[in-house]
Amino acid sequence: MNLDAKIPEGPLAEKWDKHKFNVKLVNPANKRKYDVIVVGTGLAGASAAASLAELGYNVKAFSFHDSPRRAHSIAAQGGINAAKNYQNDGDSVHRLFYDTIKGGDYRAREANVYRLAQVSVNIIDQCVAQGVPFAREYGGLLANRSFGGAQVSRTFYARGQTGQQLLLGAYSALSRQIAYGKVKMYNRTEMLDLVIVDGQARGIITRNLITGEIQQHAAHAVVLATGGYGNVFYLSTNAKYSNATAAWRAHKKGALFANPCFTQIHPTCIPVSGDYQSKLTLMSESLRNDGRVWVPKTVEMAERLRRGEIHVSQIAEEDRDYFLERKYPAFGNLVPRDVASRNAKMMCDEGRGVGSSGLAVYLDFSEIIKRIGAEGVSQKYGNLFAMYEKITDEDPYKQPMRIYPAVHYTMGGLWVDYNLQTTVPGLYATGECNFSDHGANRLGASALMQGLADGYFVIPYTIGDYLAQTPPKPVTTEHPAFKEAEANVRTQIQKLMSINGTRTPDDFHKALGHIMWEKCGMARTAEGLKQAKAEIQQLRREFWSDLKVVGVNEELNQTLEKAARVADFIELGELMVDDAYNRNESCGGHFREEYQTPEGEALRDDENYAYVAAWEWRGDNQPEVLHKENLVFENVKLTQRSYK
Amino acid sequence: MAGSNPNAKPMNLTLKVWRQKNRDAQGNIVDYQVRDISPDMSFLEMLDVLNEDLLRQGQEPVAFDHDCREGICGSCNLFINGRAHGPEPGTTTCQLHMRKFSDGDTITIEPWRAEAFPVNKDLSVDRSAFDRIIQAGGYVSVNTGGVPDANEIPIPKSIADQAFDAATCIGCGACVAACKNASAMLFVSAKVSQLALLPQGQVERKTRVENMIAQMDKEGFGACTNIGSCAAECPVGISLENIAILNREFLAAKATSNNLA
Repeated sequence: MNLDAKIPEGPLAEKWDKHKFNVKLVNPANKRKYDVIVVGTGLAGASAAASLAELGYNVKAFSFHDSPRRAHSIAAQGGINAAKNYQNDGDSVHRLFYDTIKGGDYRAREANVYRLAQVSVNIIDQCVAQGVPFAREYGGLLANRSFGGAQVSRTFYARGQTGQQLLLGAYSALSRQIAYGKVKMYNRTEMLDLVIVDGQARGIITRNLITGEIQQHAAHAVVLATGGYGNVFYLSTNAKYSNATAAWRAHKKGALFANPCFTQIHPTCIPVSGDYQSKLTLMSESLRNDGRVWVPKTVEMAERLRRGEIHVSQIAEEDRDYFLERKYPAFGNLVPRDVASRNAKMMCDEGRGVGSSGLAVYLDFSEIIKRIGAEGVSQKYGNLFAMYEKITDEDPYKQPMRIYPAVHYTMGGLWVDYNLQTTVPGLYATGECNFSDHGANRLGASALMQGLADGYFVIPYTIGDYLAQTPPKPVTTEHPAFKEAEANVRTQIQKLMSINGTRTPDDFHKALGHIMWEKCGMARTAEGLKQAKAEIQQLRREFWSDLKVVGVNEELNQTLEKAARVADFIELGELMVDDAYNRNESCGGHFREEYQTPEGEALRDDENYAYVAAWEWRGDNQPEVLHKENLVFENVKLTQRSYK
Repeated sequence: MAGSNPNAKPMNLTLKVWRQKNRDAQGNIVDYQVRDISPDMSFLEMLDVLNEDLLRQGQEPVAFDHDCREGICGSCNLFINGRAHGPEPGTTTCQLHMRKFSDGDTITIEPWRAEAFPVNKDLSVDRSAFDRIIQAGGYVSVNTGGVPDANEIPIPKSIADQAFDAATCIGCGACVAACKNASAMLFVSAKVSQLALLPQGQVERKTRVENMIAQMDKEGFGACTNIGSCAAECPVGISLENIAILNREFLAAKATSNNLA
């Protein structure tokens, strides 16, 4: 298979403009003859559905939530990047592009990232026009902050709830199109298969989560905006329902899956408190602007802390190791996420972790509280401090927060070309669902940017190019491919319901998560990955012979929903392990212990691994086949990332 | 592995849970015992324990809505011991922790009760009425592209902050559940004030409030009698002042607009 990224010719800064001119247009009268399915209505999906409907296409949008407003985009706290340079501090489209490529450890496609930086400025304009209440200065202009390792202040924010405000903006645009009848919204409806007719994506099979009804939906094109797969790890900052099923089933129908091992571990999350833990909660990265990360200097002291023999307040200043400040004097506590996470793990591995489990480091605000007072700190971080106290019963004004890294975001996803089209013609992937812009590590405040860039400003152009070459004839579900896909879905449901074993879907999910976190998490080795693969294969066999699901299909059955998602997580987990094993280098969030610099930093192998690993499904129990898209860097020089 | 409170003792609890097969079925309260509940668990993690137990025994788990478990998506919606989201002020069900209860407690768990929120199953209700109210006008009618630069219209910080406060509504429906009239006024007012405060919302200011109120009435929500349970029980602190703003907006629109028949 020849992976053609379809990157336009010409200088980097002119590619997108040129491409927009070259794409074919659908004439306004014809647009209403095309139906587009959008699956997922978070930032990427709601923005795409609304924008496509505004253009005149007939959109069918699908969400497994009870309302599009619940999508997990809503939980993003910190902000959204844009190269506005409102702060006059030297930002530019090129700088945002450069930071994103470098932050991604040179494993992203230049042209896509440059376009992302270009349209970032339009996103802010759009959101403000929708009535998104971004933070403002006293003069009435928009406020910015520096975020997650950026040396310019380019992050727009709405207190600690930026994702919520942006999603509600996109949701309002979507709601308007629903009211106009241009979007038909299917809530509580889950995509369970992709339908391909004559090699083109032409529809989906869905299950109504309330009634269990299995339905066929046809369209001229399908857009997947179904988010990431961080929940493969069971414990993550993702919402409980976030899942990979739509993307994975599309993968099994021919869409290649790219860089599945690129997962982001976020450094500042509330540590696990017990076996019952159902998810992990992020504490915004913005806290690292003012919080100082430390552990005790000695293992002995850490042990006494863990046993509760001494209190954190009894540790003298000179006995604290501010390890990020010590190791990275230039960036200090603001090093990128992967670096901060890995260092926290190293401290805990050395035995200097804190909390009763020893799997935590301190994030200390005493200095800023001294400097600006508790009131000032409350204005900046009040909601986060309150949330921390609610969950842990500890007051961060009085003692440092305990934090530990947790799975947060997946840079990998369905392979897409410059048009965001997957390897299946007519099937597009946007937002976290695709792999395209963040390379091996995503910068803070860039997920919201990418989701909205794809939905508002990329897909409305690029999908037109495809539709213009598709006859505007009505599509129907007449083709046998629909019947066949529906039958497969029914068979799988039947199978899940009839095993009648002893273990619950959550039980399997936790077991999978444990394998993934231990062996394909923050640090990976060839040996560990080999073991992980065998363990996952074993788990998969057990799943299909010992699963327990009760109830029937024809009703709200949350256990059945969960079981189907876990089945897909298990398969995807195995592919992640394969990908991590194949990539004999360290880069960004992918850290192979065998490949590190003498200082313990990720050691890339640009000669052999400057490529996108795109995997092709070849059937049950067949090894997936690797295809490579070589990454060409014409505008940046590949360097060893250094945040010293 | 213990959490922040290693000395806290596990609890045994009696749960009285509303079970209802589907929208048309009659429901009833069923008693369950849960054991060894850690005080560091969230309320929903406690229900996870119950559901895993039920499933292992071959019984149907209790259906309930939840997702982010961070208090922001607005999915979770349990009526706990007679209160929307339970006893802790300013807290969604998912952020309520078991340390707020005591060993031996009996906890009653019901769905939101409102005609406009029919029960899907057990504790899950249909809140699509909220979506339809937003669809009636809870937006600024701008298409993608062709909008002015974000800094073209300065907005006083105090106004932006006030709009933000209203915009933080998570759409959970606790206001409706807490109101003896099952009124949706707090929900509607949050969106109306957000957009009435901002310059971007001015153009459609009158039609918006009229259309949203009309839809609210159509959905079968009750009237507002200014009791304030909604704001008292709101997990994100949406202020009652928004209802005053809504009333003012509505009167002003009715008095001066001829947009609606």
